[in-house]
Amino acid sequence: MNKANQSSFVYVTFIRTTPDKLWSALITADFMKEYWFGGNFKTEWKAGARWELVYPDGRVTDAGEIEEFDPPKQLVLKWRNEFRPELKAEGFARCTISLEPISDAVKLTITHTIDRADSKLIEAVSGGWPQILSNLKSLIETGKVVLTEAARSHAR
Amino acid sequence: MVPCFEMSDDTVFRALADASRRKLLDRLHQRNGQTLGELCRGLDMTRQAVAKHLAILKEANLVSWRREGRERLHFINPVPINDIAERWISKFEYPHLRALSKLKRSLEGKDRE
Repeated sequence: MNKANQSSFVYVTFIRTTPDKLWSALITADFMKEYWFGGNFKTEWKAGARWELVYPDGRVTDAGEIEEFDPPKQLVLKWRNEFRPELKAEGFARCTISLEPISDAVKLTITHTIDRADSKLIEAVSGGWPQILSNLKSLIETGKVVLTEAARSHAR
Repeated sequence: MVPCFEMSDDTVFRALADASRRKLLDRLHQRNGQTLGELCRGLDMTRQAVAKHLAILKEANLVSWRREGRERLHFINPVPINDIAERWISKFEYPHLRALSKLKRSLEGKDRE
């Protein structure tokens, strides 16, 4: 997509909250379940730990390793799809989540990159993130999620 | 510059109200992560005009960027558009709207992918 041997996207949203609150939203299981459409991040939340995104039916959709855990500033995940063989074959991507306080808000940047051209994984995850970010923003600022798990699974 | 998080939807709509800026977003949607030079290629606009349009898109948070060595790569940021869509599209309408839009694209042969 961008350079000849790389695919990536960079998503940015501004949320009226503090870095600490946003960070805990990003890593709290109950909270995550609400905006990951029912999925649950299973991990010990420390550098070097394995993580898995597990759905209620037991399916592990994505998994990897936490590369960097620097609260409340930066979280870097090695990321591989686990349930679609053609995506799994692409190997590991890197997802960087950065928080930067700006006045009374936090700039949240999600960068997803893989070292291969025209990656299907990047194409697949790029569709999901804007919805997840809108959900997160709406949940933190108003306490409500816009798009629920039911609507999401219906949309698949 | 107004801090981005104070932006109203007006900023996003104003940024989208220009055909040249929509064209730039289309080009980033086609191929993400381009330099200013790459974006200028094949366009009937001066480099300064493209830079000015890019600045407006960045201010509206519709374009994000990342440094890569000496270059700056630009990326389409669809989050504000998604925020606007979710304001009027109820969660149950998404699948139907997607199906209709797919039907329209396949019948009219305008699939941009």
